[in-house]
Amino acid sequence: MTANPLLDATGVAKNYGAVAALRNASLSVLPGEVHALMGANGAGKSTLVKILTGAIRADAGRILIRGEARDVRSPAAARRAGLLPVYQEPSLIPDLDVLSNLRLTGTPVEPFRAWVRELGIPDLDIRDTARDIPLAVLRVLDLARALAVEPDVLLLDEMTAALPANLAEKVLEVVRRQGDSGRAVIFISHRFVEISALCDRATVLRDGETVGVVDIVPGVEEKIVELMLGARIVKTHVAARGASRNAATGRPRLGVRNLRVGTKLNDVSFDLADGEVAGVVALEGQGQDELFSALAGSIRPSGGTIEVDGQPVKFSHPIDAIRAGLAYVPGDRAEALAMQRSVRENIALPFSAALRNWGPINMRQERARVVSAIERLQIDTRAQGEVQRLSGGNQQKVTIARWIAADARTILCFDPTRGIDVGTKQEIYKLLRELAGHGKSVLFYTSELEEVQRVCDRVIVIFGGRVVDIFPVEETDEPALMRAAYGLPRGAKADVGILADPTANISDSTTPVAAP
Amino acid sequence: MSISAIQPVPFGRRLKRFMADRPLIPLIILLVILVVILQVLRPGIVNERWIANTIKFAIPLAILAGCQTMTMLTGGIDLSVGTVATMSAFIMATQVVNQDPAVAFLLAMMPAVLIGLVNGIGVGVFRVHPLIMTLGTSLIGTGCLQVYQRTVIASGAKIPDFLAWLGTGVTYGFPNALLLFVPLAALIVFTLSRTGFGRLLYAVGDSERATRLSGVQYWQVITALYVISSVLAGVTGLLYIGLIKAPSLSLAEPLVLPSVAAAVIGGTSIFGGRGGYTGTIIGALILTVLTTLLTILQMPEGARRILFGLIVLFVTAAYLRIVEER
Repeated sequence: MTANPLLDATGVAKNYGAVAALRNASLSVLPGEVHALMGANGAGKSTLVKILTGAIRADAGRILIRGEARDVRSPAAARRAGLLPVYQEPSLIPDLDVLSNLRLTGTPVEPFRAWVRELGIPDLDIRDTARDIPLAVLRVLDLARALAVEPDVLLLDEMTAALPANLAEKVLEVVRRQGDSGRAVIFISHRFVEISALCDRATVLRDGETVGVVDIVPGVEEKIVELMLGARIVKTHVAARGASRNAATGRPRLGVRNLRVGTKLNDVSFDLADGEVAGVVALEGQGQDELFSALAGSIRPSGGTIEVDGQPVKFSHPIDAIRAGLAYVPGDRAEALAMQRSVRENIALPFSAALRNWGPINMRQERARVVSAIERLQIDTRAQGEVQRLSGGNQQKVTIARWIAADARTILCFDPTRGIDVGTKQEIYKLLRELAGHGKSVLFYTSELEEVQRVCDRVIVIFGGRVVDIFPVEETDEPALMRAAYGLPRGAKADVGILADPTANISDSTTPVAAP
Repeated sequence: MSISAIQPVPFGRRLKRFMADRPLIPLIILLVILVVILQVLRPGIVNERWIANTIKFAIPLAILAGCQTMTMLTGGIDLSVGTVATMSAFIMATQVVNQDPAVAFLLAMMPAVLIGLVNGIGVGVFRVHPLIMTLGTSLIGTGCLQVYQRTVIASGAKIPDFLAWLGTGVTYGFPNALLLFVPLAALIVFTLSRTGFGRLLYAVGDSERATRLSGVQYWQVITALYVISSVLAGVTGLLYIGLIKAPSLSLAEPLVLPSVAAAVIGGTSIFGGRGGYTGTIIGALILTVLTTLLTILQMPEGARRILFGLIVLFVTAAYLRIVEER
């Protein structure tokens, strides 16, 4: 700790309206280290990264680069200060060839080529149009482009996600060497295996604050999980349930068998029974979006089968899923609502969808159905003329009310409580339980682990596009869920931590899955 | 809550809110103002005959503007209405010479249905932008009509008596065209507000993705929409030939852009999801009165067009400012 930090940020805060994305974040990176930045979803990682790289401006805080106070006003300023990010989304302009993309950022070509070879792509033609290059290679090119200008601090956001194993290995190797050569790397990852193999220290964020900086030593992942969870480690009360569950029905309502979607979802199998709320636990981008889209009929799976009531089904349009009784409530409310239309029209939208319902509407009957759904969800209808004037919580209720009114048998809820107030959250939990009580089934993905215990009967853990574990919710608590979400073996304590054995493969220790 | 309701709200804001809640009122006021100006400039011009005449000329525009209203609700536009109207009028006038009127009618409506179908499939299935799609079919239609004129017709043209009666006739002071228009307008208004199809037009224009997730099949809605739009345009052509009585290859073409303007003035958003047909009807009346007004000013054609364009822009901008609540 004697060396002066290359980058030293303290007291960084950022508010979006009334919402504090960052309260008091600090991050100090020494020369020669690979520094992990960790935190649960919504802890403020991406906000901090955007501030450091000049994409957005902080409301408060001080950023020192090599001991000098710098005002990182723009990505270009960050670049001049020697801070370079590689984001999750490829940043090459798709319609230009690689060479033109390099010129655009003034990247020297020869070092770039050298790094590309170094990173395990010997045969790149820099005249290729970026659009024609596979995603995994594009990400490596992004990294090579950043390395070519020799930044002091390299910022890697989920660099190894979506990379095949051989490329990922090369990338990690290069990152490690970058650290050894006296530069620094900030490494954001959800994978403990990588972090243990690569990083020297980790800064942990929770609710917009830096809650700890730890040295990476074997067994530290327990401490990191604890830090990420904070005081919430107390086991939350599990709602009384189970009365409605009849295991005797035999045939599951929904069966998913070896489902694959592109490269994101590799092998997912599970059942969903009537009267059950099954929670999907996954970190961001582990394939849950694709899973829900495939079940909703929005995208076609590239392999595997979906069975509804024991019958294999193929969905080519959401209408097929809806006819099979599967209703999808997307996480982004703007995606589900016609914002300029009334509450009533939005709730009644599925009624008019089929060609045979294009005729005159039975207004009285529609009104009755809509009003009963509104009452059931207690939607505040003071501003019902246009859905866009409702609060976020009420908008979310409208998206659910639609399927209550349509009496869907299975509801696929994707992060329904994102960004809504606590009271409405409680109401939604209650509603989902009620639905299960009436024999409906719910598949529930949430980014807030605490909700899993409140709402779900069973937990399905997805990591890296695979189901890595399925267990009843009674057998778990929040730390266990967090560990599971990070792909750590369930129930394992510090002594058998994965860090003790860096060669251990995550999937080996849990459900058997096909080797990559 | 009750206190703030009692507190006096500034008159300006109250007026604005009143207008925002009833978007038709400012339009009707504008229409009345235009008529008053006309009466002041030419005292005595506004009489029963003038009103009947204005309505007669406003009706074809209003029906075509109905096509624009419905397509614009979905975020589209139908620029082929002029060509479709011209085709059905021209075919009717030339076929009725040798054919039974019913057969001539069916022949006249055929290109309308065909072009509507092509438009609908192009926009709904192949996702061609409606502007380009309908412009393309419009050009193709015009070309076909030229070929038809040169090769098929040997005889002259004739305006069927019934169409002349419908287009120009007046009974007890009411234009006969209202017999067609009133039920048609009622049907459009009803369709937009009280049928599943109408709901879908608004919803698709607002958020196509949301309708898709609700199980709506976009191509079905769009195909049906453009066929309906084309059929309405075809009917308009038949009415218009009864009014103009001179078949030509560009009969209804001058109505296309005013039909778009009428819908926009009437408060239909070109980006979809907002608007209605009653506003469009008044928009068509406003444009028709405006044309008369500019005609009697005896300005040169160029100046008249410039003024027409300026007024349309001004009215649209002012209207949106009044109606949109911020």
